[in-house]
Amino acid sequence: MKPQSIHFRARAADAMANPVLQQNLSRFASGGLGKLRADAVADFGPQAFEELREAARAIRERSLTHLDVWIARFEREASRRGATVLFAETAEDACDLVLEICAEHGIKKAVKSKSMLSEEVGLNEALSAAGVQPVETDLGEYIIQLASEAPSHIIAPAVHKSRDEVSDLFAQHHGKPRKSDIPQMTREAREALRAHFLSGDLGISGGNFLVAETGSGIIVTNEGNGRMVTTLPRVHVCITGIEKVIPTLEDLSTLLRILPRSATGQAISNYASFFTGARGEGDAEGPEHMVFILVDGGRTNLIGTELQDMLRCIRCGACMNHCPVYRTVGGHSYGWVYPGPMGAVLTPAYVGLENALDLPQAATLCGACSVVCPVKIPLPDLMRTLREQQVDRGLRPRTERLGLKLWSWFAQRPRLYAIATRLAVWAMGWHADKSGMIYWMPFASGWTGSGKAGEGRFLPAPAGRTFRDLYARRKRGG
Amino acid sequence: MRVGLLVTCLVDMMRPNIGFAALTLLESAGCTVVVPEGQTCCGQPGWNSGDRAAAKALAEKLIVEFEDCPWVVAPSGSCAGMIRTHYPQLFSDSPAMLARVRALSERTYELTDFLVNIARVRKVPGTYAGSIAYHDACSGLRELGVKAQPRQLLATMAGLTLKEMAGCETCCGFGGTFAVKYSDISTHMADRKCDSIVSSGVDAVVLGDLGCMLNIEGRLRKRGDATRVLHVAEVLAGDAPGNKAKR
Repeated sequence: MKPQSIHFRARAADAMANPVLQQNLSRFASGGLGKLRADAVADFGPQAFEELREAARAIRERSLTHLDVWIARFEREASRRGATVLFAETAEDACDLVLEICAEHGIKKAVKSKSMLSEEVGLNEALSAAGVQPVETDLGEYIIQLASEAPSHIIAPAVHKSRDEVSDLFAQHHGKPRKSDIPQMTREAREALRAHFLSGDLGISGGNFLVAETGSGIIVTNEGNGRMVTTLPRVHVCITGIEKVIPTLEDLSTLLRILPRSATGQAISNYASFFTGARGEGDAEGPEHMVFILVDGGRTNLIGTELQDMLRCIRCGACMNHCPVYRTVGGHSYGWVYPGPMGAVLTPAYVGLENALDLPQAATLCGACSVVCPVKIPLPDLMRTLREQQVDRGLRPRTERLGLKLWSWFAQRPRLYAIATRLAVWAMGWHADKSGMIYWMPFASGWTGSGKAGEGRFLPAPAGRTFRDLYARRKRGG
Repeated sequence: MRVGLLVTCLVDMMRPNIGFAALTLLESAGCTVVVPEGQTCCGQPGWNSGDRAAAKALAEKLIVEFEDCPWVVAPSGSCAGMIRTHYPQLFSDSPAMLARVRALSERTYELTDFLVNIARVRKVPGTYAGSIAYHDACSGLRELGVKAQPRQLLATMAGLTLKEMAGCETCCGFGGTFAVKYSDISTHMADRKCDSIVSSGVDAVVLGDLGCMLNIEGRLRKRGDATRVLHVAEVLAGDAPGNKAKR
């Protein structure tokens, strides 16, 4: 997927000016996944949940500390059980590997369960270009594929769409009378997808986890499409990031407790599908060929750096569910596969700091993401780290740099600082109306906006004298 | 108890009343308050903008100024959080300074946290008449665990009714320089906060961080809404502007 993150500001402005999207986002913000998670945590017991978070963090940390060892073990165990394990360094390599498999097996149609990694590498475009029809079978992904859009959320890809929009889309593509009842709409999608499941020659899935001990891939789903994709077609390709390897099934059981609770507030997802090797002798079902493609895509560059913590991510989406910026601008504003706080770190890390300048900046560092993260990724700290890297590489605007330098220069010189603040207080006071509000003043338009009705904020004016001056007077007995 | 009051740069410039209210509260809790004269800024703008050098210079200055104080108290969760949570990170690469930094950061407190948990205050000097909602400003809440403390103190005030508003823990959109770098997003977020405040039907929204106050007040007034925006220190000290039950 070609990153558009450089256009964050424009995309965010469009999102905020779109009333339908704003309505969809506010519905998501008030009754959405955040509340479901909170209920699940309350049920589990907040203290116990904290212990679970710590255990999950430790497992992911341990996986990454010796990632090479676990990958090697995974490769050995998966191969021993009849799967093929391939490695791709870049997005292009990953697509090429899939296309080679398609060519080898004469594949015409690929049915897919949701995979953010396939979005990351642009797999659908590559398949279509090579004459293989990709069909998304996760309901949300199916909807956005019909709409030719990108996902706006990692676990609810079509969360930006209202029921009405989906009704229109289905009526247009299914050639049946328009429906507005959700169960009826889902049934219609299910019927349309069923034919694809039966005619697909290749199943492509992502992988939530790869277990080194057994060489198994695991996907966590709710719709059952994942099970179809991984069992019905002749060939199954599981494509995922190399960082998804964990040591043991025991570790998996801990992570399977925390992932659905963090993501959708479910104690357990409807399906947890395990795939270990191709169909063996005597097996009633399963693919004839099973291939794991482990993609680097910039991940190894993070190992051993200040950003390594980000690789612990288990893709639950809790950070974006709780992010007030995400809930204001929606997922598409971030311009790549991963939106919200995780995207603010991953996107610059994977597509280049200079290609996603706004992402680590467009956050209030409120910390709502880090307190819900199931593997305790310190997201605001990582955004700060990226901000430092921007400064170090001269990627910040000159006015911003100058402003900060001036501020810090004065703040280190208390006497001059006292004079400067006195002047600033006077200037602000001069611009204020009787009620003490500044509608607009030079150097403050970042705060007030253009000063037009409805836009921006007033700047409440200073009270009149600085604390420093008033306190000095009080001490003198004035 | 000797307490160093970190006035904070915003309070110094914009709302000195909050500084004096903090002084009143600390003194009435039996503390001897010193106000180090040369204090300016804790360095948070530099830290959050990726300018580690600028942040460090100001942090070193603050450490020298407050090092003699057995306790450091700020009427701001974000400045106290900067010292407590972020100074140790800021100096993680300077082992020589780290011990001094930790020693100071461990005895730095947000005002209401200090009053409740260190000074063991159970009664406050002020009185207040009216209904309020409390907004949990982000840094205080998530970096320092300031949640029950202000409510506990406000609950001691006869005449004050505390109503919990929906989304009281959601960021107001201030975020320091974020508010000016992404003015439109920030305003949008402030709008949601204003919606919650207005629909809770209170006379005033009370909080513990001036940056967020200016953001919320600026947006409320722009919307033509007169709901008052007060600092928790002013309310507890009975010094809130427009307080009908003023001492």
